Amino acid sequence: MNLLQRFKTGLTKSRQEFTRRLGQLFTPGEITPEFFEQLEEALILGDVGAVTASELVEALQDRARQERLKEKEAVKGLLVSQITELLETPVLNLETEPLVILLVGVNGSGKTTTAAKLAWIYRQQEKKVLLVAGDTFRAAAIDQLQIWAERAGADIIKQQPGSDPAAVFFDALNAARARRAQVVIGDTAGRLHTRANLMQELEKIQRVVNRSLEGQPHLVWLVVDATTGQNGLAQARLFNQSVPVDGLVVTKLDGTARGGIVVAIQKALGIPVCYLGIGEGIDDLAPFRAGEFARALLE
Amino acid sequence: MLGNLSEKLQNILRQLRGKGRLSEKDVDVAMREIRLALLEADVNFRVVKDFIASVRERSVGEEVLKSLTPGQQVVKIVHQELTGLLGEKQSRLSLSSSLPAIMLVGLQGSGKTTTAVKLANYLRRQGRRPLLAAADTYRPGAVEQLRVLSESAGLTCYDQPGARPVEICTGACRLAEREGYDPVIFDTAGRLHLDQEMMAELQEIKGSLNPEEVLLVIDAMTGQDAVNTSVEFNRQIGLTGVILTKLDGDARGGAALSVRAVTGCPLKFVGVGEKVDALEPFYPERMASRILGMGDMLTLIEKAGAELDLEKARQLEQKLRRSQFTFDDFREQLEQLRRMGPLQDLVDMLPGAGLPKGMKQLPVDEGQLGRVEAIISSMTRVERRDPSIINSSRRRRIAAGSGTKIQDVNRLLQQFSQMQRMFKQIGGMGKRPQFKRLKKGKRGKGFPFR
Repeated sequence: MNLLQRFKTGLTKSRQEFTRRLGQLFTPGEITPEFFEQLEEALILGDVGAVTASELVEALQDRARQERLKEKEAVKGLLVSQITELLETPVLNLETEPLVILLVGVNGSGKTTTAAKLAWIYRQQEKKVLLVAGDTFRAAAIDQLQIWAERAGADIIKQQPGSDPAAVFFDALNAARARRAQVVIGDTAGRLHTRANLMQELEKIQRVVNRSLEGQPHLVWLVVDATTGQNGLAQARLFNQSVPVDGLVVTKLDGTARGGIVVAIQKALGIPVCYLGIGEGIDDLAPFRAGEFARALLE
Repeated sequence: MLGNLSEKLQNILRQLRGKGRLSEKDVDVAMREIRLALLEADVNFRVVKDFIASVRERSVGEEVLKSLTPGQQVVKIVHQELTGLLGEKQSRLSLSSSLPAIMLVGLQGSGKTTTAVKLANYLRRQGRRPLLAAADTYRPGAVEQLRVLSESAGLTCYDQPGARPVEICTGACRLAEREGYDPVIFDTAGRLHLDQEMMAELQEIKGSLNPEEVLLVIDAMTGQDAVNTSVEFNRQIGLTGVILTKLDGDARGGAALSVRAVTGCPLKFVGVGEKVDALEPFYPERMASRILGMGDMLTLIEKAGAELDLEKARQLEQKLRRSQFTFDDFREQLEQLRRMGPLQDLVDMLPGAGLPKGMKQLPVDEGQLGRVEAIISSMTRVERRDPSIINSSRRRRIAAGSGTKIQDVNRLLQQFSQMQRMFKQIGGMGKRPQFKRLKKGKRGKGFPFR
């Protein structure tokens, strides 16, 4: 099932109402002066942000004029393809073994669940997966990951609550080598990007991982809740300053939120989206497809 | 990022200074900026539209007060209207029935479990005896999380392995009745407002136990979707109030306004940190300032008032005058400062206009403070009273003991002696130095150890 279908199945009345309201906009016909305003409104309501939305629509107006587009459908299609193009930065892929992925983000964005879902994906590819319980701060975060690890059929490396997360990662990477794990997925504690001390803790984890991998690269993915508004840009900016972020995972897209903030993030920082979280089940993580995402944003 | 709104508006409207009344054109210019500020703060698009329309109407033709520029006047109107919309006064919990219960609901990851414990802690400080009910049976580890958090805060948590959420809440209420707990706080699982089955579960809990308060827990970083979430939760379950979490970051929290505007439910609390006491009552006026990017002097002033011990302050002042300020006193000062919360928060509460550019972005280094405290703690009692005896061998010992470098110790000693000299001079004048400096509108050199 592709993402668009997933978006469409099992939706209840409220979602339908929501989409119907926006849908009215896109009844076929010739463009009117208000049409572009409505497009901008749709983008803002999808959390793309007022500034980014107006930039996108202005560019769209120019091109529509150049290409003498008259039909709403055609203009909308052009906007979708513009957003798709913007979002289509290739995702950085590493062929290293072990492949190490570090998940970072603010509190409650869904890092632990995403770690489990990723483990599941790699388990489906018959890979040996090691989960790292790097959230030693939040009560029971380790138990939560442990339960997920069992469900996914992955190994887990953990220490006591309150221990130094960098030490957990040090252990985990040693274990990964010893056990010949092919994929290592690191969960970290949620932290607000404005907390200098917590961001330093993250930098320390990164240093330990770097040293332990002896120059072999690894990936850092920022987990962003789809309901996040304009603060998402500040999150991405500050996390990226501390530990260069290679990709985004957008979670909780099964609600009514569109996750449009990633358009603003992509535009400002050029960080590509890797995966989308679309449910609570362990298999509810889908690879990102720019076209589908752009269409859903304007649905 | 969007800068300080009031500053920006003042720049735009500077040329209008001296006008008697706000013209339609003046107001339009201002409204464009305010619209953008509100959207950047994540206030819902449609809420912004309505809001701007009503403010515009009120502003046109408004007389510009002599003391204000037109820009300030517009900001003042916007601020007033925002405060009004957010709810004129602070809204309290209603817990009057014989066995009151509070039900917390919300999306996944909004912070219900943490908030449940904070709320229980808050109520206990008010002299009540709260009981927590672990009704999140879905998320792995959720019950355990609530149990661990409750225990570490010295609170009681009720859970019933294998039971359904409604049974757990019922069991908790029975226990409360038997053992005199009051109120009971239900920590329910995070759920999507679209999920009919899960929403029916909340309806069942509410229907059978009739909690006095049903509070929606919502993340301050939420964007436009805050409206959909809150409208649906309110429609399907009926809310009595809202708690806004994670306000300790740099999110402007426009979701507060959206939720309030579309549901009419009052905001009751805000979560401002990860610790168990980081829950504060909601003050509409402060929130209005925050959404507009105007800083939050009120909270800062109140914090200083609550945390600084007046008696100790008086003692300190005497010591300063007699120039007996020692490292012991200094450490006490540091502790008081720390009790006011993370320094970054304090800096964030200062209005941007008064600070030099870039000041807001300066990360305040908590670690630095910790190192200073460590250095002082590594001194002997005699050394703390009389730092002049600290020779190079003592310095080495202190550095080793505090895990710092000798240079750090040197720097601290140097700065401390400067401070002592300064106090001596001031002591001679017999005036209170800090206040004088503040009145002049200048910020002091700031914390000496940066």
